[in-house]
Amino acid sequence: MAKYIVRRLVMMIPVLIGVTFIVFFIMSLTPGDPAAIILGDQASAETLALKRIELGLDKPLLVRYATYMGNLVKGDLGRSYRNQISVASQVWDKFPNTAILAIAGILVALLIGIPIGILSAKKQYTAMDNSAMVLSLVGVSMPNFWLGLLLSLFFALKLGWLPSQGMGRGFWPLLRSLILPALTLGTGAAATVVRMTRSSMLEVIRQDYISTARAKGITEKQITKKHMLKNALIPIVTAVGLQFGQLLGGAMLTETIFSWPGLGRLMVDSITSKDIPMVLGSVIFMAVMFSFVNLLVDILYAFLDPRIKSQYKRSPSRRGVDV
Amino acid sequence: MSETEKRKQRTLAAETWRRFKKNRLAFAGMIVLICLVLIALSTIVIDLVTDKAIYDAYVIKQNLRMRLQGPSKEHIFGLDEFGRDIFMRMIWAVRYSLFMGTIAIALSTIAGGLLGSLAGYYGKVTDNVIMRFMDVLLAIPSMLLATAIVAALGTSLTNVLIAIAISYVPTFARTVRASVLTIKDQEYIEAARALGASDSRILFKYILPNSMAPLIVQATLGVAGAILSIAGLSFLGLGIQPPTPEWGSMLSSARAYIREGWHITVIPGLGIMITILSLNVMGDGLRDALDPRLKK
Repeated sequence: MAKYIVRRLVMMIPVLIGVTFIVFFIMSLTPGDPAAIILGDQASAETLALKRIELGLDKPLLVRYATYMGNLVKGDLGRSYRNQISVASQVWDKFPNTAILAIAGILVALLIGIPIGILSAKKQYTAMDNSAMVLSLVGVSMPNFWLGLLLSLFFALKLGWLPSQGMGRGFWPLLRSLILPALTLGTGAAATVVRMTRSSMLEVIRQDYISTARAKGITEKQITKKHMLKNALIPIVTAVGLQFGQLLGGAMLTETIFSWPGLGRLMVDSITSKDIPMVLGSVIFMAVMFSFVNLLVDILYAFLDPRIKSQYKRSPSRRGVDV
Repeated sequence: MSETEKRKQRTLAAETWRRFKKNRLAFAGMIVLICLVLIALSTIVIDLVTDKAIYDAYVIKQNLRMRLQGPSKEHIFGLDEFGRDIFMRMIWAVRYSLFMGTIAIALSTIAGGLLGSLAGYYGKVTDNVIMRFMDVLLAIPSMLLATAIVAALGTSLTNVLIAIAISYVPTFARTVRASVLTIKDQEYIEAARALGASDSRILFKYILPNSMAPLIVQATLGVAGAILSIAGLSFLGLGIQPPTPEWGSMLSSARAYIREGWHITVIPGLGIMITILSLNVMGDGLRDALDPRLKK
């Protein structure tokens, strides 16, 4: 198992190098002179030229990339154009807030998605199943930023129950301020999880071993939990892992709506103020996070399905290639 | 002619259509989409014929005295924060979402399809180089990638299109590669090769037409995703810029006036949702119709 994890970590390196290069290349296409952005319109040509050399902008793209990567390995993502504060410290500062939001969003998705999905599969083609399917279709089709606006319109402005802006300090205020953004972020994912859970439960529900378990007199609850759900879980986990990427993208929108002080909003603000190192740093950071979540999902498979685990033990190379 | 003979004569398309028609939800989705396409086309025609007179007078022109008025007989969806009729803006916005989403996905289907079929057909180094590159693109969440591209290139219609198209290329490359891999070892491909068909002929005449089914489904669902991304980018102020009517940017400017009128927030979102919903049910219906074995 440890061997497999190390192997996957090593395999991640080329992907991450590729990711950083692509993002670096894209951001280098930005028109405009960074030196002018930092120094303002009044700066003389001479100071601008000096600043450009200081920023390394006189060197070719590949050299700049190599320098950037050299610093990145040391945890240095450069300095923000806007306020000259280190990008890495700002990203680390905002990351926990986005992580809280993303985890809450995933929790919403799981808590709504899995129970409804199971019920839907067990009562296939009933009114309950049909309405769950229609609702999940609506959920998948609803832009999450619109849902966010509607939620804050109703629960914050109309009823005044929950705050619509900012992040509360302390446990209860935090929880209260988290509800609407988490629902906004999680509902779309929940709809996907419902559909995934239902179809993967339906696949196992008619298997012979379920009939066997029933014939043995095991209670329905136990059958659902131990025999069905456990076997249906792998596609669900895959879906949730992929949803996490969407969540990071959605976080930009959700954080903007609710003024949540996270990475997404930091990124949007940096784009508007043309703060290239900030955008570069936050995109790279989020892409790296996404890769790690995917790795985590792959590792989770092995714990969920002992067959996969025993596969590594016999021949670790067989799986490593095509996972 | 007996019933079995009749059935044999149906082409794959006819057979798919026969199954698709039976799915009422998917059929309804298709009807809604046809209506939306007609609306979009007629607004384009109206703009051409009247030299944008209607567009200027009803869609763009501000009337601040009437701002934020709720729905009424004259203005069934009410007026927005600049006193513009929301109904007219909704109608004129259809084309941006629908056609931009379609064009973006068409671009990425072509690019992704080409890359995926090359990777699947030639295998080995070609496959490795192309697919590793796709893996890298896939490692960046698509909305994030699109945002980064727009941030760098600047906000214009073309740049938004490019951004969305690029972010969807890996999905299509993967889909096509997978179906090319299953088809290329079939006997009829071997037969074509034995007859001396060139690689490009085999690829374009035999393999690609046979791997269309999953691609069409993926593209339908892709357009839905692309429309969502365009609306999202516009909402962040990175997509289509005001005063051009676009559902996402309408929502974005409505945000500041959320206290003063519910209609300016609710209606543009409904437009996006209905479009996406129709595309999703149609995509699901197409998938079931093209491959009945998948149906549950």
